[in-house]
Amino acid sequence: MNSNNPQTAGRQFPIYEDLVKAHFIAAIVYSLIVVLSGMSYALQFLNLYPFPGVELLSPGRVRMTHTMAVAYGWLANGFFAILHYVIPKLTGYATFSKKLGWICFWVFNALVVLSELMILAGFGQAVEWGETPKELDPLIAIAGVLAVFNFLAPIWKARNKSFYVTVWYITAALVWLPLVYVMGNFIPQYWMPGSGGAAITSMYIHDLVGLFVTPLGVGLVYYLLPVLLKKPVYSHALSLTGFWGLAFFYPMNGAHHYLQSPIPMWSQYAAIVASIGIHVVVYTVIFNYFATMQGEYRKIVSSIPVRFIAVGSICYLLTCIQCAIHVTMSAQEIIHFTDWVPGHAHLVLFGTFSFWLYAWIYYLWPRIFKTELYSRTMCEWHFWLATVGVLVMWMDLLAAGVMQGYMWKNLVPFISSVEATKPFWWTRALAGTAILVSEFVFVVNIYMTWKYRRQAFSEQKLNEPLTRSTAPESGK
Amino acid sequence: MKFLEKFNFIFLVAGLGLLVTAFITLGLIPAMMTKSLGAIDYHPTEIPDNFTKHYSTLEEYEAALYKGRDIYVKEACWHCHSQYVRPVGNEALRYGPVSTPGEYDNSLNLPQLFGTRRVGPDLSREGGKRPNDWHFVHLYNPRDVVPQSVMPGYPWYFDKEKNPKPEAVALVAYLQWLGSQVEQTGQPVADGE
Repeated sequence: MNSNNPQTAGRQFPIYEDLVKAHFIAAIVYSLIVVLSGMSYALQFLNLYPFPGVELLSPGRVRMTHTMAVAYGWLANGFFAILHYVIPKLTGYATFSKKLGWICFWVFNALVVLSELMILAGFGQAVEWGETPKELDPLIAIAGVLAVFNFLAPIWKARNKSFYVTVWYITAALVWLPLVYVMGNFIPQYWMPGSGGAAITSMYIHDLVGLFVTPLGVGLVYYLLPVLLKKPVYSHALSLTGFWGLAFFYPMNGAHHYLQSPIPMWSQYAAIVASIGIHVVVYTVIFNYFATMQGEYRKIVSSIPVRFIAVGSICYLLTCIQCAIHVTMSAQEIIHFTDWVPGHAHLVLFGTFSFWLYAWIYYLWPRIFKTELYSRTMCEWHFWLATVGVLVMWMDLLAAGVMQGYMWKNLVPFISSVEATKPFWWTRALAGTAILVSEFVFVVNIYMTWKYRRQAFSEQKLNEPLTRSTAPESGK
Repeated sequence: MKFLEKFNFIFLVAGLGLLVTAFITLGLIPAMMTKSLGAIDYHPTEIPDNFTKHYSTLEEYEAALYKGRDIYVKEACWHCHSQYVRPVGNEALRYGPVSTPGEYDNSLNLPQLFGTRRVGPDLSREGGKRPNDWHFVHLYNPRDVVPQSVMPGYPWYFDKEKNPKPEAVALVAYLQWLGSQVEQTGQPVADGE
């Protein structure tokens, strides 16, 4: 790997720091939309929805803005920001063009904002994770291809090197992204109805997370963790197994989102076997992360980014163990269609990938502004509220799902299962409140870091153990 | 094994090859088996009795079905109501006959609306279970007929006298159509309400 000395960042490597900043700011703004829309939707389940009877803020539409803001607003912008930083560092070349980077930034974000507004106006599309209006889908695909071209150009220039694992993940994810997007948003909309369309939609539901968010998340942690710990990754062979296992197993997982549906049974069984194969991938990756941390476990306490990576990794392990259990037909009979599924989704996209993104933002944000984090105390509040919030939400929704599944199987009236779930939905709303507060603490901390940025850069303070003398006090 | 770390191999094999293979084997081939390459245009053959006072011609009724489906999509009904009955979990007893690929083969299922979550009950066998008036009241404010319901109301599809606008009628026409494509015979058992 190239030198990671932050003092030389931006001078030795052709990094367009303004683009990193812009994408981070966009991601952080969307993260507020994510928590606000999610919280509003959770209140509908308690009949406490804040805007009852308002057509443009109907809960069904707000739910779509929540998931779209997660995938295209928060995670995609966050990853694009990091790619603008990491790709020049790993390849030694700048992205194709700064101007193209800015065009992609503005076009992509204009499309995301327009998608959110059009969904509220009633133009949502009936493709899960692809609710962006069908009128905008071709434009989003074009913007995606341009962004991919911009990022792949420097990797292409350096193609004769043996790349570090992060670049494999980035390369594959960038090839997958436009293909997956076009497949999922056009084929079920215009060509294949019913079961065939469901087979394609299920692949899209899985691939957007499995072939875009997962490889970028995993690959970027492979970069950040050794940098934070100042030591090499534990095993090159393990990272090779993890990458090729992902490339082989993940694309075949799709049909597990519509199990016991009219999609041909053999393809459902194939998806189940491939989903269990994911164990190989996850165990190698998680073992590699924690083996890299060996001897440095104190940093989980002292360094905020390392802690977010470690807890995110544990959540990743939990989701994947959970996946391999609930993907079986006998578990599906009970938990399919229940609250178990949103519980799982929140642990994946918040507990894992958002936590890894927080680690990156806490690492990179002070560095690109040549300053230090505004408040360590606020980091602690952010971390603990988010962690407790997501774990409570996860366990609460899992329990609710099992209860609903058995009530349905035992043929009690449907509305009784709704009534029985209300205490669980209250707990979910409280856990959601913790996450909402944590997000605001995070955003305020990031804003204040920017506001008080005119300070000497000190890398020491971020990685040193937290003691009274080194802990940055708030308001400094 | 160095080729496993090279750009070209990753681009072609991991990026293109494995994804396209999965798309063909688990996407295209299942679609061919379920005859869902291209939708069969759906045209209703008669206006159901409970809609003859709203629609006088088949064309009007057909347009209403598609309009109702579009409202079902834009309000994201499909996020909380599934549209397939599984062969497990006693679902055939609760909802009606187990779903088969053939019944989803038409243009009203383009895009498909299987759904992945049941905050409310499955709707694929909803047609004919309840009268139109129940649906209108329920859409205006679900708690007027089901006090414990958590479903949002849709008052903007009703005028000032709380009479359904054409959109509400179209949506109910679509809901009452659901299940009409079931090929097998089978007596649905009531939903225990």
